[in-house]
Amino acid sequence: MKSSRLNTGSGNLKPLSYRIWESRQLYIFLLPAIVLVIIFNYLPMYGVTIAFKDFKPHLGIIDSPWVGLKYFDRFFSMPMFTVILKNTLILSFYMLLAGFPLPILLALMLNSASNQKLKKLVQTITYAPHFISIVVIIGMVNIFFSPSMGIVKNLLNSLGWLEGNLGVLIDAAAFPHLYVWSGVWQGLGWSSIIYLSALSAVDQSMHEAAIIDGASKFQRVLKIDLPSILPTIVILLILESGSIMNVGFEKVFLMQNSFNVSTSEVINTYVYKIGIREGQYSLSAAIGLFNSGINFIMILLVNQISKRLGQESLW
Amino acid sequence: MSKPISQTRQDKIYDIFNYTILILLLLIVAYPLYFVVIASFSDPKLVATGKVLFWPKSFDFKGYLEVLNYTPIWVGYRNTLFYTLFFTFLSVATSLLAGYSLSRKAFPGKVIITAFLLFTMFFNGGLIPTYLLVKEIGLYGNPLIIILLGAVNITNIIISRTFMRSTLPDELFEAASIDGCSHFSFFFRIVLPVSKALIAVLVLFAAVSQWNSWFNAMIYLRDPGYMPLQMALRDLIVNQSAMSMASENADMGGDAVAQIYLVEAMRYAVIIVSTLPIMCVYPFVQKYFVKGVMIGSVKG
Repeated sequence: MKSSRLNTGSGNLKPLSYRIWESRQLYIFLLPAIVLVIIFNYLPMYGVTIAFKDFKPHLGIIDSPWVGLKYFDRFFSMPMFTVILKNTLILSFYMLLAGFPLPILLALMLNSASNQKLKKLVQTITYAPHFISIVVIIGMVNIFFSPSMGIVKNLLNSLGWLEGNLGVLIDAAAFPHLYVWSGVWQGLGWSSIIYLSALSAVDQSMHEAAIIDGASKFQRVLKIDLPSILPTIVILLILESGSIMNVGFEKVFLMQNSFNVSTSEVINTYVYKIGIREGQYSLSAAIGLFNSGINFIMILLVNQISKRLGQESLW
Repeated sequence: MSKPISQTRQDKIYDIFNYTILILLLLIVAYPLYFVVIASFSDPKLVATGKVLFWPKSFDFKGYLEVLNYTPIWVGYRNTLFYTLFFTFLSVATSLLAGYSLSRKAFPGKVIITAFLLFTMFFNGGLIPTYLLVKEIGLYGNPLIIILLGAVNITNIIISRTFMRSTLPDELFEAASIDGCSHFSFFFRIVLPVSKALIAVLVLFAAVSQWNSWFNAMIYLRDPGYMPLQMALRDLIVNQSAMSMASENADMGGDAVAQIYLVEAMRYAVIIVSTLPIMCVYPFVQKYFVKGVMIGSVKG
């Protein structure tokens, strides 16, 4: 706290109207962001009301008649309801199970590798897929696992583990595995960055003391490194579980074909299909609202848990 | 710092184990990327029959030649360059300006405005209401929508605010304002020059996300002349392969087979052509990306 003469008052003692006038340029700075947020974020929130209306395009949002929970009732009684809910949850939990621990493992391993060149190389290579577009990733999956010409089929054939064509791409049961493991392949390195930065803050004197006490490298990783980054792990786990209903829509959409639709139809893809392709706006808005409602509740819940654990609240 | 203490046997075993797994992982991530590169330069017939595994065989540029003559890719390239340029500018400008305002302690209303912005991170209208809105305001089919939609990134505003709070204390502005410096000139003469690292991070994240995006184009654009690169890619490497999946099994004559090989070669080539710009810049900007994750993880 400097008692600088210039600093005295710093606005707080001046009347509010004066401070507002003084900050007029700051409001202008905020204007573009606020205008765009109002148009593209808040106005659609008003459009959510069509979930409770019988939306007719020629009547518009305001003049369409209210129908209460009709479309929610219809959604909950549809046979698709349980299917897309199940698929969504399976994909998210599977992704969390596989995609969450592996970056932690990678970070611990990288951190304990003393060869800096190898460490740097592994980092550079494993971060790279993060920047490849999802379209290209799925294109690569399709090419590699192509039934008759893909490299996977050719390899399996020459190893004698498979005869004839490879059916993975048109196999509904294989879809979750393809989805999750291609995601792990793409995100493993990038997700490890945050743990690596947490590890770099670990006090080196602890390691030195442990070495003197005769602790092996493995013991030190397990007893010093891992506990040190536990708070980071907990926070990220909580954050991840807050978006459990948000399956990577674009990716599922790109991977979907008529053969795997029984496992690949998730809430978001279904909203797109019946909303934009079939024009059932009210029904799909109701489904979308159901989804964002659950997401919202999850985030509040997760934030509450994080507060309870004595961690910083998310906002 | 290497300690004079010699490594124990256990530590050596650990190191061997550790390095083996890391190298294995390196290969698992690198090989698919490497394979796309060598396959794009090889005879597609050898690729399709599994003869190309570790290095290119009988150099062949047919795939690249085919891509060169495939106009949607180049139209997409041009459009994506425009979209990326304008989107990045708009996104970075709004983040910096808003972040600066919200970082000023004496700014009346900053709490309410921050809450107003943050709320959109936790709740949104969803696809259908946004779609109807875009139609209503007449931006459906207009390439402007690609630039406007998602340009205001709340996370980036928060990142900017956090960065400016710690690098630009209020006292600095107060000192400058005594000399008659307005927020406007302060922003351009002091804030921007000291925020270079932040700007680099914001530019890179915005540019990569726009370069790789396709979904908004699929929803809101109709005219093929406006489609971005990723949409052209999608048609070529995702949709067509899905369509050909069923027909691949059927018996085909020589011409049809040759055609399929050519399309395969084209797919490898087009992946390289579209990903090259990012992969060329990537090694040089890697440290900024990592920095971005760090700044971003402070809050939000």
